[in-house]
Amino acid sequence: MDFVPASKKEEKEMLKTIGISSLNSLFKDVPKEFLLKKDLKIPKGLSELELSKKVSSIAAKNKIYETSFRGAGAYRHFIPSVVHHLTMRSEFYTAYTPYQAERSQGMLQSIYEFQTMICRLTGMDLANASMYDGASALAEAALMATRISDRKEILLSETVHPDYQKTVGTYCHANSVKINKLPSKNGIIELKDLKKLVTDKTGGVLIQNPNFFGSFEKIKEIAKIVHDKGAILVVSVIEPTSLALLKAPGKLGADIVVGDGQSFGIPVSFGGPYVGFMATKTKYIRRIPGRLVGMTEDTKGRRAFVLTLQAREQHIRREKATSNICTNSALCALAVLIYLATMGDKLKEVAKLSMSKAHYLAKNLNKVSEISLFNKKPFYNEFIIKVKNSKSVLSKLKKNNIEGGVDLGKYYPKFKDHLLFCATEINTREEMDKVIKILSRS
Amino acid sequence: MSKPNPKELFYTKEHEWVKINQDTAILGVTDHAQELLTDLVFVELPKIGQEIKQDKSFAIVESVKSVSDVYAPISGKIIEINQALNDEPGLINQDAFNKGWIAKIKISNKKELDKLMNSKKYTEYCKKEEH
Amino acid sequence: MKTIFEKSVPGQSTVQLPKSDVPEIKINSLIPSAYQRKKLNLPVVSKINVVRHYTKLSQRNFGVDQGFYPLGSCTMKYNPRINEDMAALPGFCYPHPLADDKDAQGGLEIYYELEQYLKEITGFDAVVLQPAAGAHGEATGAMLMKAYFENRKEKRTKMLIPDAAHGTNPASSSLCGFESITIKSNAEGGIDLKDLEKHMDKETVGLMLTNPNTLGLFERNIKKVAKIIHKKGGLLYCDGANMNPMLGVTRPGDQGFDLIQLNLHKSFSTPHGGGGPGSGPVGVNKKLIPFIPTPIIKKRKNGFYYRDYSPQKSIGKVRAFMGNFGVIVKAYTYIRSLGSNGLRRAGQHSVLNANYIRVKLMPHYHLAYNRICMHESVFSDKKQQKYDVSTLDIAKRLLDYGYHAPTIYFPMIVHGAIMIEPNETESKSTIDGFIDAMIQIAKESKENPELVKSAPNNMPITRVNELKAARDPNLKWEE
Repeated sequence: MDFVPASKKEEKEMLKTIGISSLNSLFKDVPKEFLLKKDLKIPKGLSELELSKKVSSIAAKNKIYETSFRGAGAYRHFIPSVVHHLTMRSEFYTAYTPYQAERSQGMLQSIYEFQTMICRLTGMDLANASMYDGASALAEAALMATRISDRKEILLSETVHPDYQKTVGTYCHANSVKINKLPSKNGIIELKDLKKLVTDKTGGVLIQNPNFFGSFEKIKEIAKIVHDKGAILVVSVIEPTSLALLKAPGKLGADIVVGDGQSFGIPVSFGGPYVGFMATKTKYIRRIPGRLVGMTEDTKGRRAFVLTLQAREQHIRREKATSNICTNSALCALAVLIYLATMGDKLKEVAKLSMSKAHYLAKNLNKVSEISLFNKKPFYNEFIIKVKNSKSVLSKLKKNNIEGGVDLGKYYPKFKDHLLFCATEINTREEMDKVIKILSRS
Repeated sequence: MSKPNPKELFYTKEHEWVKINQDTAILGVTDHAQELLTDLVFVELPKIGQEIKQDKSFAIVESVKSVSDVYAPISGKIIEINQALNDEPGLINQDAFNKGWIAKIKISNKKELDKLMNSKKYTEYCKKEEH
Repeated sequence: MKTIFEKSVPGQSTVQLPKSDVPEIKINSLIPSAYQRKKLNLPVVSKINVVRHYTKLSQRNFGVDQGFYPLGSCTMKYNPRINEDMAALPGFCYPHPLADDKDAQGGLEIYYELEQYLKEITGFDAVVLQPAAGAHGEATGAMLMKAYFENRKEKRTKMLIPDAAHGTNPASSSLCGFESITIKSNAEGGIDLKDLEKHMDKETVGLMLTNPNTLGLFERNIKKVAKIIHKKGGLLYCDGANMNPMLGVTRPGDQGFDLIQLNLHKSFSTPHGGGGPGSGPVGVNKKLIPFIPTPIIKKRKNGFYYRDYSPQKSIGKVRAFMGNFGVIVKAYTYIRSLGSNGLRRAGQHSVLNANYIRVKLMPHYHLAYNRICMHESVFSDKKQQKYDVSTLDIAKRLLDYGYHAPTIYFPMIVHGAIMIEPNETESKSTIDGFIDAMIQIAKESKENPELVKSAPNNMPITRVNELKAARDPNLKWEE
């Protein structure tokens, strides 16, 4: 089944208008030797009915866990039905980037509202229209920090999500930025270490809060040390529901706040698409990558929205642009916006529930012999437990249709047989009691 | 139509002007340049104390749809910048040769002036460029 | 229109969450007061008002479903609904990105199979689906080229980029610290071979070439171009944003390119979402395989799919997880729907439609390069200038006629460019309607230029004050 509507008769008419006799003559500019002589080795096209059966059968090969305690950058939260219904309005999702402002006020205003939401949550002056995901946003922030400070080194905390660290590593290597690693103690950054490692060569310091181990970093104290050396503090927030309880990083001294909005209304979907966000201070307005939407007026003085400060972007500034980003994650940003508009101040309840559940689970797991809680410092909705054998713990849970935490051994050798567990408002006490019961049976 | 190019100034092919006053000089972009640039929205000024080199970018002017480098007509050290442009970049559009000046420098090599055009030559140059 | 923030009524009933079934944490004992949020400044809006607000906003927007969208270089084809249904299957929405391979066989199969299809369609030896968009794929490609030369201990610092290229090319190249060198176009709209030869040397990484280029023209000299680049040990990169007309007809991998990025949200029918998310797979030939991002999806003889993180020379990761999976499911579904025949028909008809428009509009608008085109053609406002009507005016007037505007003022080498890409999913009657509107606008430009210059006149707003937006940026709502 293809989507070419042309009838044979129409095809002929059009060829005649063009003045050629066959579809093949349309490709006379392609050197003959490069024209395919055979069909591509791609299975024959399917009807919608066959297609639906085929693809559904593949989907069925994935195991769906009703109960999961896996987080680590992808969180299952409750998604109000309206989010899906509204983002699937085809006026939004079949549109391109809103270049024609008069015909794109819907998307433009939505982005403006998204920017506002991100500013309010992060405590920053301005936010862009979105990035691909949290990791690439953090990598872009690292480069932005080096450009602002005009220093080619960054300090990257080991308490940042390891996949984010890897992404930062890839971008920084390409850009000849040197990365220094910031170690942790008891699951958080030690201010003493930080003081030693931030130098006047450090362009940016990259931290995550709550960090990858679930614990809170001392952003305010960190910011002071970073700023004393003239460096830029980048705070990454990858479980943004936490912001409902935590003081905005911007109010604690962050210069750039990035993160992933997946927790806000986007299913975990095997890793994407998600949505990165980036916010900063007014003085860095011309340094931020990505699109910005501004409010202005039309020729009749009515409120209007438009892409603005585009001179920073690749289509104008080309090799001197602040980034190469063009397509971002607009529809996911819209989902985030609608989620936040729907939840409103109830986001606080989401956060409290998630945190309470995680603490309940952590406390009770800690009571199980052969399991101990790693986090000595307060944590949000993720925590690490040390077990005797991580593989056997996970498989025991699996046998009971429960997806356990992430095995940290593959990320950090020192965390062999450590599991990172996550709980959100989705998880019930019943589920958690079941986990505790299963793991209590040795 | 551009405003006439003042006689006492010297000009570059990139449409910058320089006004010499003994050891110092004032730099800016020409009225013809601002017409090409259209309404400016932002000027990135150099820093005081910064050394600038002839033909190298020392400032950036931004309009809605473009960003352009401003190249130094002659080398020198920045001693003053036009702070008013921070709030009102449109000064360059209104009055490129006076209120829209960009920076004042201490000249490091007067011989570099030989490379520049006088107003007559520059006016001819602009005419030619249009065709 | 009012913002959602102006519609907030504190205290209004909104969402209900379940009561807690565990003891509530004592926040004060876990978060020091200086680190606690005192006020959560989010709008409080009842559900029906949220629904109405965003429905109303959607009505102030325009997508492919609302009408013809001939935006050049963006391939705004029909987004099949079946794709959406498949991507929304619980089996695809629920799996965690860090799920065990055994639990994610369906997801890994989609990745693996789509990679095989894209390899076959483009003629490359490996495809990686990690990049999230076209420009992200370009950056990944530039990083791969950098890694390739680093591995060979060759220091190459310059990247050649045609003057007609997308801005993302030089920007992606800058991301790798390469200096962008502009290569001129020739009188036929192709690469100026002399200029290319002059600049290609052993300090140069290679050339980033869009083919067909942004003028909608196939690079006739592609063999010579490849030879010039390869003779000096360089790499030839294909910006595959314009892959659509080549589907099933010709393969960049056969044409001498070393690597490519594709835009699944263009050639492979996934919706553009008002600006994203997209997906920008990268295809490479053998010599670049050691460097591609990990994990690499592999299949055992027994049919088991798994993720391989072992390649040591890999550039690493360009994002957190494996790819924009939802988008990848849609592209997979699309390819399975079309099959080999359908793909070729898509390629051929995208070119048929573009040439039909080219020929029909030629008497009324100045055609930048009078040659057979591929999926798009580039006109300009040269004929309308004498009535003081510009490309921008023509674009805005088209909105009044119920069409989206073409891409305008790009590529920059055509003054006042109007770049029209119809794509294969549009019927002749739709295209004829568009052609009539364009002809009508040409007539209006002559007879009643004010009408065109004041357009649009029946949109929710008239033209916007961009100067005010940029001079005095208002980027967030403040009460």
